[in-house]
Amino acid sequence: MNAFAPALIQLLLFLIIAPLVTGVIRTMKAKFQTRRGPRIWQPYLELHKLLRKGMVIPDTASWLFSATPYVVFLTAAMVSLMIPMVAIDAPLSLFGGVLAVVYLLALGRFFLALGGLDTGSSFGGLGSSREMTISAIAEPAMMVAIFTVAIAANSTNLSEVAKSAVGQSWRFLAPSQMLAFGALFIVLIAETGRIPVDNPATHLELTMIHEAMILEYSGPYLALIEWGASLKQLVLMTLLVNTFFPFGLSPDWNMPGIAIGLGFYLMKVLIICCLIVLVETTNAKMRLFRVPELLAVAFILGALALISTFLF
Amino acid sequence: MIAFVGYAFFGGLLAYAAGAVASLITGRSERLARLLCCGFAIAGALLETVSSWLALFGASDAHWEIPAGVPFLIYSFRLDPLSAYFNLILSLLAVAISIYSVGYLRPLDGKGSAGVLGFFYNLLLLSLTAVFTASNAFFFLIAWESMALAAYCLITFEHRHETTRQAGVLFFVMSHAGTGCLIIGFLLLNSFSASLEFAAFAASSAQLTGAWQAAVFLLFSLGFGVKAGVIPLHIWLPEAHPAAPSNISALMSGVVIKTGIYGLARVLFEFLGFPPLWAGTIVLTVGVVSALLGVLYALMEHDLKRLLAYHSIENIGIILIGFGASLMFITLGHPKLAAIALIAGLFHTLNHAVFKGLLFLGAGAVLHATRTRNMEKLGGLIRRMPQTAFFFLLGAIAISGLPPLNGFVSEWLTYQALLAGFGTTGKLTRVLFPVAGSLLALTAALAATCFVKAFGITFLALPRSKEADDAHECGASMVAGMGILAAVCVALGLGATWFLPVFDGITERVLGVRMSAELVGAGGWVLTSGSARGGTVSTAGIAAMFVILSALPALLWLLWGRKGHRYIEPTWDCGLPGLTAENEYTAFAFSKPLRMIFAALYQPRREIQAEYEVSPYYPTAIRFDSEIESPFEDRLYAPLQKRILAIATWMRGIQAGSIHAYLAYIFITLIVLLLLGVRS
Repeated sequence: MNAFAPALIQLLLFLIIAPLVTGVIRTMKAKFQTRRGPRIWQPYLELHKLLRKGMVIPDTASWLFSATPYVVFLTAAMVSLMIPMVAIDAPLSLFGGVLAVVYLLALGRFFLALGGLDTGSSFGGLGSSREMTISAIAEPAMMVAIFTVAIAANSTNLSEVAKSAVGQSWRFLAPSQMLAFGALFIVLIAETGRIPVDNPATHLELTMIHEAMILEYSGPYLALIEWGASLKQLVLMTLLVNTFFPFGLSPDWNMPGIAIGLGFYLMKVLIICCLIVLVETTNAKMRLFRVPELLAVAFILGALALISTFLF
Repeated sequence: MIAFVGYAFFGGLLAYAAGAVASLITGRSERLARLLCCGFAIAGALLETVSSWLALFGASDAHWEIPAGVPFLIYSFRLDPLSAYFNLILSLLAVAISIYSVGYLRPLDGKGSAGVLGFFYNLLLLSLTAVFTASNAFFFLIAWESMALAAYCLITFEHRHETTRQAGVLFFVMSHAGTGCLIIGFLLLNSFSASLEFAAFAASSAQLTGAWQAAVFLLFSLGFGVKAGVIPLHIWLPEAHPAAPSNISALMSGVVIKTGIYGLARVLFEFLGFPPLWAGTIVLTVGVVSALLGVLYALMEHDLKRLLAYHSIENIGIILIGFGASLMFITLGHPKLAAIALIAGLFHTLNHAVFKGLLFLGAGAVLHATRTRNMEKLGGLIRRMPQTAFFFLLGAIAISGLPPLNGFVSEWLTYQALLAGFGTTGKLTRVLFPVAGSLLALTAALAATCFVKAFGITFLALPRSKEADDAHECGASMVAGMGILAAVCVALGLGATWFLPVFDGITERVLGVRMSAELVGAGGWVLTSGSARGGTVSTAGIAAMFVILSALPALLWLLWGRKGHRYIEPTWDCGLPGLTAENEYTAFAFSKPLRMIFAALYQPRREIQAEYEVSPYYPTAIRFDSEIESPFEDRLYAPLQKRILAIATWMRGIQAGSIHAYLAYIFITLIVLLLLGVRS
């Protein structure tokens, strides 16, 4: 296969699976709460509906408001090409490793927060302020956990990280790996705006974070942001599963390998979805100022992971 | 070649000198003085840019000596790679700032002070060039002091404000305390080398061991640390930088504090000899603390220029993280890693100069248009000043370390050096590297938060005051000055791999390795961490992918979006009668969550007084007051100041105020010194 086919395949897979994951989580959560819940492909229908509609732009907004959805969507799409998904070699792994992934997602968030402020409504400012705060204090926990993995693999390149783990299938049982997984899982919860940090289903002023920021977006712009958000969620999940459990990753880009890789990948993502749903249904949303404590726990887990690399 | 470098170098110096004299002479006609001041400065800066660029790649150092006829003092200039690199930073920034100043200084026309400003501005450029290129300690100190004097006069340019005068005095006192340390440090070095030439210091550096090494390290760290604004020696910086006119602030934050970094690089890597492990550890730790506390205090500022000044402290910290890691790698015997860390620090020095210069010029344009630096009174400027807003946004993205601009590249290199550091030693020290890395990540994320606030509150949504509502875009020269720096930010970001050979000369001189070939892969498109497997990033590739992936939204648009209309409607106002600027989020509110999370550091104190007539639920007026603790000023400097004042009061006994008494003191001191000199 030439150089472009893997990129195209992985991009399409990411774009298609991302909304599905959101749908699966929603449906599963409803089942856990003994509700019927929406169908799992409801997110596709929503995207279709939003893309078809017209949109309302606030009269206070500038060009930045319109640029934001593109930046959010494009950064998430680009990042999805830097992570090994079904094959060990990520199509764009040469263009950036885990640091580029974290910083590109931060670029998307930077614009999203500015988009929130651009509307002039207090909800936007509130959401921006909270989102930036929480992601800032999630950052050291995320980095320390990532460093633990990168040090073990001697590389920040995610394909190299996955390669170094192949053949040591039980490596995830090492204390440092388990602790780092715990830390990154908490960061995943915080970064994707899940209970107990944020509630993706609410529009109540006092509690919402992400939804407050994008309150003024509608139509195709909202579709881009929603799709970008689900892409980002899937990217972080992929980072988690393929870094710690690189089972079934195809060593190269051939059809059977990809098919097997995809099967394994979907299973792993499904398990992570179950974990998220478990956390979301068994916890209540935290007060905003309790969130730093949770993230401090994540940081301590990450730091312990690092120190246990040193010990073992 | 060297002859040409010399013509350009001294031509540049002459142009600065001519600019200083010409603007003083023509001071009566402000317009002429302004044009001459900026014109000569631009010419000088361009010449210096050319000469330092050529000197960077020259086969041997360009070196000139002009004897002064006094023992010890030789006016000797040496454009070795390190000097040439810092002179390049200075002259690059000076070109942009001088172009900007043509428009920025226009309001001075008719006030009779443009000549004085022009004199000190060119003098500052001249002495900065001398500081970076002097290779004799005596001459260096002369240049250092004239730089401090010129900077003082520029800081206190708007001396009618009480706070400006206080800021100037604080800068002056701190700066001189630092110079005192430098003088002792150079004398110590002189006792080993028996010469005041820098080359002699470097040659005799191996003799420096034990307590003497520690003393030299401490003295120079204090002396240069004050100028660099390292925490806890930073307290003058957030006062002095905002007080100066904005073009001067840009030069101060961009270059003047970098003289401290230059001095540290010189001493730590050339004069100190083989560095002990504690030296690198201290520099790294101080860097991390400066970076983190700098950004945390920046977050609490609503004064645009003070906010930027605190970010200078943060970025100096990031530079020092690179330097500290580099020193530790030298001690641990990894010259290649040391080179990567040093390149990271030096590259960040240039990057910070460019984007901080840009941001200060942007803040100056805002100040020029609205006459306020208070963010709570700004807003909506993106429509009124579109170009300034765009350039400020680029600067904000760069300083937050976001790809694909230049701040990201140097921070990425710093991360790579820190990560590789874990494997360099078996001792517990190695945990320091990843911990420093994660705190650097926190710093960068907080910086992004701070610049969402700074840009969002200043430029977006509705204007919060009449001044902001009436703002207008600034003139062509100011826009051009900002545009140049913004373009450099983009170029250094996307073209980082092509810029790296600049550091080859420096790392070869200091560490004996050339890294640019190893740090660049895939035909120049990819930056690597030095090893084939380590890690790669391509800012140019990321930028290209942005363009390619834009096909996706375009496709979505074609498939779905053609039917929908765009309606421009008011923002949802919760059913209130219309949204006003008072409904907007403020800078103060934006940083509230962080103020609560880091309450242990800030110790915020607030006071609310409501006045009411009938019921507390219907207040007629509310007064809200809030402040945060400033621990360094209150706990460290206030007692110190008290102590010094007490000693000064005690010393007053011998200060009779009579010139005869002072002459007698000088005479007695001279005799005592002569006696001591003869005896030894």
